[in-house]
Amino acid sequence: MERKDFIHPYIPNSVPEVREEMLKEVGLKSVYDVYAEIPDRLRFKGRLDLPEPIASEARLKRHVEEILKKNSTCKEYLNFLGAGCWQHHVPAVVNEIINRSEFLTAYCGANYSDVGKYHARFEFNSLMAELLDIDAVANPIYDWGDVAGRSIRMASRITGRNEALVPKTICPQRLAEIRQLCQPEEMSNAIKIRFVEFDPKTGLLDLEDLKRKISDKTAAVYFENPSYLGFIEEQGPEITALAHSAGALCVAGVDPISLGVLTPPGSFGADIICGDLQPLGINMFAGGGQSGFIAFRDEEVYIAECPLEIYSIMDTVVEGEYAFAEVRAERTSYGMRDKGKDWVGTASGLWTIGSAVYLSLMGPQGMKELGEVIVQNVRYTENLLSSLPGVKIKFKQPNFKEFLVDFNGTGKKVAEINAALLEKKIFGGKDLSGEFPEFGQTALYCVTEIHTEEDLERLYNALSEVLS
Amino acid sequence: MKGIKLRRYHAPKYDEPIIMEMGVKGQRGILVPPAEKKIAEAVGPAADILPKKAQRQTPPRLPEIDQYHVLMHFLRLSQMTLGMETGIDIGEGTCTMKYSPKVHEELIRLSQMVDVHPLQPESTLQGILQIAHELESFLKAISGMDAFTFQTGGGAHATYVNACVTRKYHEERGELGKRTEVITTQFTHPCNAATPATAGFKVIILPQKNGYPDLDALKSVVSERTAALHMTNPEDTGIFNPLVDEFTRVVHAAGGLCFYDQANANGLLGIARARDAGFDACHFNLHKTFSSPHGCEGPAAGAYGVTEKLLPYLPVPLITKEGDKYHLDYDRPRSIGKVRSFYGNLECIVKAYAWIRSMGPEGLRTVAETAILNNQYLDHLLLKIKGVSRPFAEGKPRFEQIRYSLQNLLDETGFGTHEIQNRMVDFGIQSYWLSHHPFVVPEPFTPEPCETYSKEDIEYWATAIEQACKEARENPDMIRNAPHSQAVHKIKDFNQAEDADRWAITWRAYQKKKNKR
Amino acid sequence: MKIGLIVNPVAGIGGRVGLKGSDGEEIHKMALALGALPVSPKRTITALEALREIREDLQLLTYPKEMGEEEAEAAGFKPEVLGSIVSGKTRPEDTILAAKDMAARGVELILFTGGDGTARNIYDAVADKIPVLGIPGGVKIHSGVYAANPEKAARLIIEYLKTPAGISLRAAEVMDIDEDLIRQDRVSARLYGYLTVPHRKGLNQASKAGSDPSDAVHHDGIAMEVINGMEEDTLYLLAPGTTTKAVTDKLELSGTLLGIDGVKNRALVGRDLSEEGILSLMAENTKEPCKIIVTIIGKQGYLFGRGNQQLSPSVIRKVGKENLLVIATQNKLLSLENEPILVDTGDPDLDKSFEGYIPVIIGMGKRMVYPVSR
Repeated sequence: MERKDFIHPYIPNSVPEVREEMLKEVGLKSVYDVYAEIPDRLRFKGRLDLPEPIASEARLKRHVEEILKKNSTCKEYLNFLGAGCWQHHVPAVVNEIINRSEFLTAYCGANYSDVGKYHARFEFNSLMAELLDIDAVANPIYDWGDVAGRSIRMASRITGRNEALVPKTICPQRLAEIRQLCQPEEMSNAIKIRFVEFDPKTGLLDLEDLKRKISDKTAAVYFENPSYLGFIEEQGPEITALAHSAGALCVAGVDPISLGVLTPPGSFGADIICGDLQPLGINMFAGGGQSGFIAFRDEEVYIAECPLEIYSIMDTVVEGEYAFAEVRAERTSYGMRDKGKDWVGTASGLWTIGSAVYLSLMGPQGMKELGEVIVQNVRYTENLLSSLPGVKIKFKQPNFKEFLVDFNGTGKKVAEINAALLEKKIFGGKDLSGEFPEFGQTALYCVTEIHTEEDLERLYNALSEVLS
Repeated sequence: MKGIKLRRYHAPKYDEPIIMEMGVKGQRGILVPPAEKKIAEAVGPAADILPKKAQRQTPPRLPEIDQYHVLMHFLRLSQMTLGMETGIDIGEGTCTMKYSPKVHEELIRLSQMVDVHPLQPESTLQGILQIAHELESFLKAISGMDAFTFQTGGGAHATYVNACVTRKYHEERGELGKRTEVITTQFTHPCNAATPATAGFKVIILPQKNGYPDLDALKSVVSERTAALHMTNPEDTGIFNPLVDEFTRVVHAAGGLCFYDQANANGLLGIARARDAGFDACHFNLHKTFSSPHGCEGPAAGAYGVTEKLLPYLPVPLITKEGDKYHLDYDRPRSIGKVRSFYGNLECIVKAYAWIRSMGPEGLRTVAETAILNNQYLDHLLLKIKGVSRPFAEGKPRFEQIRYSLQNLLDETGFGTHEIQNRMVDFGIQSYWLSHHPFVVPEPFTPEPCETYSKEDIEYWATAIEQACKEARENPDMIRNAPHSQAVHKIKDFNQAEDADRWAITWRAYQKKKNKR
Repeated sequence: MKIGLIVNPVAGIGGRVGLKGSDGEEIHKMALALGALPVSPKRTITALEALREIREDLQLLTYPKEMGEEEAEAAGFKPEVLGSIVSGKTRPEDTILAAKDMAARGVELILFTGGDGTARNIYDAVADKIPVLGIPGGVKIHSGVYAANPEKAARLIIEYLKTPAGISLRAAEVMDIDEDLIRQDRVSARLYGYLTVPHRKGLNQASKAGSDPSDAVHHDGIAMEVINGMEEDTLYLLAPGTTTKAVTDKLELSGTLLGIDGVKNRALVGRDLSEEGILSLMAENTKEPCKIIVTIIGKQGYLFGRGNQQLSPSVIRKVGKENLLVIATQNKLLSLENEPILVDTGDPDLDKSFEGYIPVIIGMGKRMVYPVSR
């Protein structure tokens, strides 16, 4: 099969003379002798319908840049969007480290050749353990919704029970992922999701309703702090106690960046803690920086029921050296109603290292100061916005970094408001009128440490104009 | 191997502590912008704003280190990691460790990627939506499928999505209660058993017959209970199954769906397509075949593609085009819902896009041909080494990777694949990968010399294996005590990782257990 | 490491001169008359010589003269010699006593040379309490407690000493072959018991797809799968084996390891049943179809015909192939090294009806299809 030679910088053996040499050495006329294994009926005969190559790097870069330039950014626009992906400052040192060739290109190298990678992972575990106040941390995977679902499945396996209670205020996107993992209810091993009411004024979980709904069928009680709707769910200890009294596990979903100022769930006895690492030093990447972590008690049954990779520090034959290996506890199922282990796969390794660097830079002081400035900025913004006619802040304050703005009194729809804000180069908060129609026209605003006083004033002025 | 000189390699060795041991109280790694004066005056301190009950009482015991030393520490750790750019990584079969072009990194570090929020209005996301849409069209051409989603965060995730799509498909036909079984093969990645199980199916594994999945076995188990078939081809052994379309025919006849796990696509680009083999769905690992870097296991993307028949079930949102504008389509009533927040790891999509644009149709063909050629060459060299054998399908060629056995070496010397794996890294190359469980091939190792590697690289790699095997016979202590030139020495006792009293997953657990002993 | 060494000097003696099996004084006399030379001692020496690199680290305990002392010394060891024998007239009782003595002295492993008979003797002495490993010295061996050859036996011991994390202990079948029947060209085997044998396991470093747990974990999953699928008012006949015992253990019933038990509605309704016992139990339980839960026995992997002959052709026919639940760990199937599962019920037509494929439960919600042959 004669074709023009195609020499490419990424393919050293594309040089025809080299290919000839190699073919001669192995005694083949052509690689198509190998492809002869594929029956003719399965062979693709044509030419792939792809555009001609942009061979030079200079032109390729320009081509892609020009397409990407059609994106607008949160540098050009003032951003108040959150809802699962948040704009925080990413320290330069974090990017320096995760862009290192070694970390960027490592994969499944074994314990010795890639020991630095395992060392960094162990440090991630250790840093997170302190942040969460719990003793065991698994290797992160896709995102918060995914690990929330896995946490519930773990709880189901550990307790042998088939029901999970979640707040009605749960993030719908995460709920959708949880439902996927818990299986449609018709399936024999499905975990049933039941909802717990919330106080209409404060948004907090209705503990009386929880008491009513919890039973000996409950595997887990899951709640989020801060809530998806922004308020601080301060009843963690009570929720945990109720869960435990019924023999269920408490699964706490958290925003880790809040834990410099908010109580870590480990402190009030949460059994499994999950959340997203993206706020901890990972760029937004249009939603590509998500990473779901799970942490839990350092007890055999938890280790055994966790489907993810778990690493331990190990001794080598030389005293004082640190090496690491995967913990291989009998990954069995202890309960009578086993649901089977979930799967593990490639997910978010680089972000794990990024978060480790982030937490190392921030230290306890940094995390505290960060939490404080966010709380202060949010309070300030809430005050500003609620002074606008027809605008209220829904649910109990104070909030951590997100708050639900109620625009019902303005007579305007959030969609309109956001369109108008867009013209002023502002990304208004996420329109929740679709997700929570019972609240009417509300939007979830996110304010972090990146916002200056000027930014907040600008928002206030813009909204003033838009709403008048 | 004549003329190949193995390097006197040594990994950087720093005796680096765990970061929790480092730092001095009061040091700061980075300072956070405080609330501005006007704001602070208006609202007061955070401690007065937050409810007392919700406030953290004891600060987290994170280390307190200045910036320079945090940087130094992690840079050292990166140096203690070989990755695949400082040492050739021919050994990681099915991972397709190909070069991830640096120009791609420059592209995704543009502000138009890092500073983009996924919930921005569509009109402000046109760039990334265009790239995703075009990449979709490329993958459609390569596979013959009708649509792709990039929400899947990796290959295993894609197989899970397929199990969810399968579930929905049969649910719509009122057959979910009946169709409880998913069939896979012994050599296929274990996620093809685990993800259908997570989705609620029972799994049936077909045995292999001389390295090929057993078609008669398939015929014996296919029934009205069959929901789907999940299979890889070629399998990690490198053996291509010429009856693959017979497999899909049999399953279709029974009303099941067929999914092609294409982690091993590198040798087939432009040569054979999933659609033509009769598959209803397939996936590609963008971080394997399409050059997105592996990143210490992520971020990744397992682009999942389907035929028209399964399109309605894809997770939301779909990326569509109307005129010259791109949209996020959430109006998909029959979709399986969400498997992932937002749209997936879009930075991987950009890299895959750029790579395909750089290659074009001829380039992809050349990639596939080179992957095959490189593998024939490595095979030729490895089979000359006493102790290495290549089980199954005697006389049949392999495609882009091969599973070998060191059982003969073990029988002869008492050293097998684990010991050779420990020693090979001393020559400055990345460790090879053994195999998925179960070890059907005893004492396995599975290299994949994809198109990134030169003739010299392949010769070097084979020489390293040859040298290690030679030492197994002539210099057993060298093998027994390997590795010798890494940042750390051999792990003393792997049982430590299986004993709840001795394992330590975090530093604080380590301290607790150490004090107990 | 303290290990015991026991050599059965007459094992295998019949093989070279065409006599099958070697037990019994008559056979010994016949073999020696035909010019047979003992095989075991030579094989033992081969294995011991292959242990030379760890000789300094081994404390060898053995029995006098041809039962180990001579072989050990020939290979350069200085063993501690226990007990007493009548040289030239060793008997099975000597093997049993030797093993008991060594166990009492706290050996960590017993290395022995012999055949199925020797394995049975070792079992009688120590059951599954200490790890043991056989050096093959007999004719055809049906028990799974032997290494493939003397060198491999030595390799396993070296690894057991040097990298214990790479070794796992497995239960291996001891078969009771009726030697008289063998000489009449028919094989019939009873499952005698299980010995604990070291086995090189897979260490999977840096796996991104999970690791491979031990047999106990697999058994747990298999038992769960079987129990979750158990139907009401249905009689289940559980055949011998460690995998089937895992089911009765999980149900917290005291089933037998080596016999056929009956379970109905999660209660034990029959124990160590004979063929008649099975048939009469089946006659009492006609409401629902009876089911057999059976595993694979022996090195060669028999579904029927080794160790579970109480499941006679008439029982199997009455139950029907569709009511068979075959259970086994994936590792057991792998140990068959791509050979099919075998059936030898004694009824050739019945055997033929099994040819083809059978699903085998290998874990929770997981089955493997496997070929079956005569």
